[in-house]
Amino acid sequence: MSKRTIEMAVGTAGLDAYGQPIRAPLTVREQGALAVDAPWEPELESEHMLINIGPQHPATHGVLRLVLELDGETVVRCVPHIGYLHCGFEKIGEYRQYNQIIPWTDREDYLNSLGNNVAFVLGCERLFGIEITPRCTVLRVIAMELSRLMSHLVWMGTTCIDIGAFTPFLWLYQERENLYNLLEGWVGARLTTSATRVGGMAAEVPDGWMDGLNAFIRNFPKTLNESDKMLSKNGIWMGRTVGIGALTAEEAINCGMSGAMLRASGVAYDVRKDFPYLDYETYDFDVAVGTSGDVYDRYLVRVEEMRQSIRILEQAVQRLPDGPLNVDDPRVILPPKTKATSQMESMIHHFKLVMEGPRPPIGEVYVPVESPKGEKGYYLVSDGTSKPVRWRIRPPAFVNLSAIPRMVEGHLLSDVIAINASIDIVMGEIDR
Amino acid sequence: MPGSAREAAGLPEPCTPHHVVQHGGPENPSVAALRDRFPEAIVRSHVMWGETTVFVAAARVHEIIRFLRDDTAHAYNYLVDITAVEYRDADQPMEVVWHLRSLPWQRFLRIKVELPTGAPLEIPSVTDLYAAADWIERECYDMFGIAFNGHPDLRRILMWDTYREGHPLRKDFPLRGRFSRAEQLSQALKIDTSGGYSTTELSVADAFNDLPEDMKQRLRDKRTAAGLATPASDEDAR
Repeated sequence: MSKRTIEMAVGTAGLDAYGQPIRAPLTVREQGALAVDAPWEPELESEHMLINIGPQHPATHGVLRLVLELDGETVVRCVPHIGYLHCGFEKIGEYRQYNQIIPWTDREDYLNSLGNNVAFVLGCERLFGIEITPRCTVLRVIAMELSRLMSHLVWMGTTCIDIGAFTPFLWLYQERENLYNLLEGWVGARLTTSATRVGGMAAEVPDGWMDGLNAFIRNFPKTLNESDKMLSKNGIWMGRTVGIGALTAEEAINCGMSGAMLRASGVAYDVRKDFPYLDYETYDFDVAVGTSGDVYDRYLVRVEEMRQSIRILEQAVQRLPDGPLNVDDPRVILPPKTKATSQMESMIHHFKLVMEGPRPPIGEVYVPVESPKGEKGYYLVSDGTSKPVRWRIRPPAFVNLSAIPRMVEGHLLSDVIAINASIDIVMGEIDR
Repeated sequence: MPGSAREAAGLPEPCTPHHVVQHGGPENPSVAALRDRFPEAIVRSHVMWGETTVFVAAARVHEIIRFLRDDTAHAYNYLVDITAVEYRDADQPMEVVWHLRSLPWQRFLRIKVELPTGAPLEIPSVTDLYAAADWIERECYDMFGIAFNGHPDLRRILMWDTYREGHPLRKDFPLRGRFSRAEQLSQALKIDTSGGYSTTELSVADAFNDLPEDMKQRLRDKRTAAGLATPASDEDAR
C-alpha cells in the first residue's frame, strides 16, 4: 500500500489553522482505486463563494455591480446592483422645455446620442402634430444609421477586449474616429451632439460633407470584413461565445428583450420594420436574425446590422432631396436671425419661443425607435404647458440587463464577462 | 413570426404614420373584445395620435392583461413598459400605465389604471405574466412609491436601500431633494461602506433554500441533466 500526498485546497475549508492548504494522504486501494484518508470531508456541495464584480471594473462597461455566488467556478446566483449613475433625467425633464430636453437625451445613451436626439424629437413632433420636411426625414435616417454604426463599433471593439482580442478593437475604433470627425463637421460636437430641434435639425450639413460620408461608406466595409474575418471563424472567439448565455425565443420575448438580444433568439422583431418611422418601410434592408440566441449569434446579428446600416446609408445618400430643412411653422422653429432683428412679428415669435418654448396640445404619445441597444421609446405626457408632465424613457438596455441572472446562471465566471458584453449595456441609459 | 399572421389575416403592411389626427381614428380591435369580455371593468377608452388607451378598473387589471396575453386573437406577448404619471393638477388622479405590444399582430395598446387621490398606491404585479416586469415594476416603486402586490422582490433599484427622502418622481418631491445639502452630506459620510452587501447575499451558506422557487427548480433540472444527485435542500446537500 503506497501513500502519496496531494494538495487539497478547496475554498477556505481546505486550509489549516496556519492558512496553509491541508495535505491529505491519498491511498491506492485494490484494483488501483483511489481513496482519500482525510480527517475531514470537503463539503463540495455547500461550499459557495461570493464574488463581487464592479462597480469600478473595466469589463462591466460602466458602473454596474454584479454580486455572484459561485459553486467552484460555476455561477449559482447573480444579483445585479444598478443606480450608481442615476441622475434623475426624467425628473429634470419635467422642469425643462421640449427643446431643452434634447441635450439630456445625448447623455443617457451617450454612444447613440444622435439616435436619441432624433427619437426624442420624433415623439415631440407626434405630440405637437408636426409633419417634418422630406429633406429632414432623410437626414435623420442618416443620423440614426450613423449612430447605430458608432454604437455597434464601440460594442464590437470593447467585446473584443473583454474576450481577449486587441487588434480588431484598434481597427474599429479608427473607423469610429472617422465617424466622429464627420459628426464634428456637421453639428460641431462629437459625443454630445444635440443635433435635432422640434420640427427640424440644428444645422444643415456643410458643403462637401456628403463626400466624406460617401468615402466612409466606401471604406468601412473593408474594415468590417477584416474584423469579421479575424473573429467569426476564430477558434478562441467561438469557444468563448458559442452556446454561452443562450435564451430561447419564448424566454427572450417574455423577458422583454429587444434589438439584437431578441433577434439573436430567432424573433424577427425590428421596430423599423414592424412600426416604421421616418419612412423606413421605403428602404430596402434586411433584418438579421439568429437561431440559438447565444453570445455568438448576438455578435453575428450586430455585424450584419452594420452591413444593413451601410445599405440604408447608401440609399439615403442617393435620395437626399433638396429643399427646406425645418418646417415652416413659427410656433416651433426660430426665425432666421436677420428676420428676428428686422421684423416685428419674427421678433415676437423669437421672444416667445425662447422665453416660453413651444406648447403642444394636451395629450400623450409613446414613440418607439430601433436604437442600437433595442427598442427605445419616449413616452411624453403633456398638460398643454411648455414643459412635459412626464417624460419617460423606455430604456432597452435596462430591460435587457434585467435578464442577466437568467443568462449567467450555470455558466462559468469567465463567461459572465462575455455575456455581460453581449448585452451591450450603457449605464448612462440604464440608470438615467 | 411577426408578419405571417398579419399576412394571413389580410391586413395591410404598416407604414410610417403621416397626418395622424389628434383625436379619433381607427381603434385597436382588442378594445372591442375587452368590452365584450369585461363589460364592467372597462372604464373608458380613447384614441389619441393613433394610439389606443383603455382605462380599466384596478381590481381587474391583472386578469385583463392575462387575457390579452393568452388569447391568441390578441397575443400581447411583449411587455414594453410600465410606468406611472402624476399630473401637476393635484385633483387629477395618478395613473399607472402599461404599454403592451402584440408581436404576432403588430398591435400596440396602452392600459391605464387611475389611482384616486388619497387611496393607497397599490396595484397587482404582472411579474407572473412577464419576466420583463421585474425591474420595471421595481423602478416604478422606487420612483413613485407604488406597491406592486405580488412582486417577489419589491425593493428600490436606482436609489439605494437606505434612501429616506421619498420617491423622486412624485410631484411633491422637490427637484433638489427633500433634505438640505448639509443633511445629504452628513448622511453620505455616515454610510458604512462595508455594508455594501445585503444580508441575503452574505448568507451564502444557506443560499439554496433562499433561492426563488423557479431558480431552485432550474438548478435541479440542470443537475438532473448532468446526472448528479438532486439536493432537495441545503441540508440534504451536506
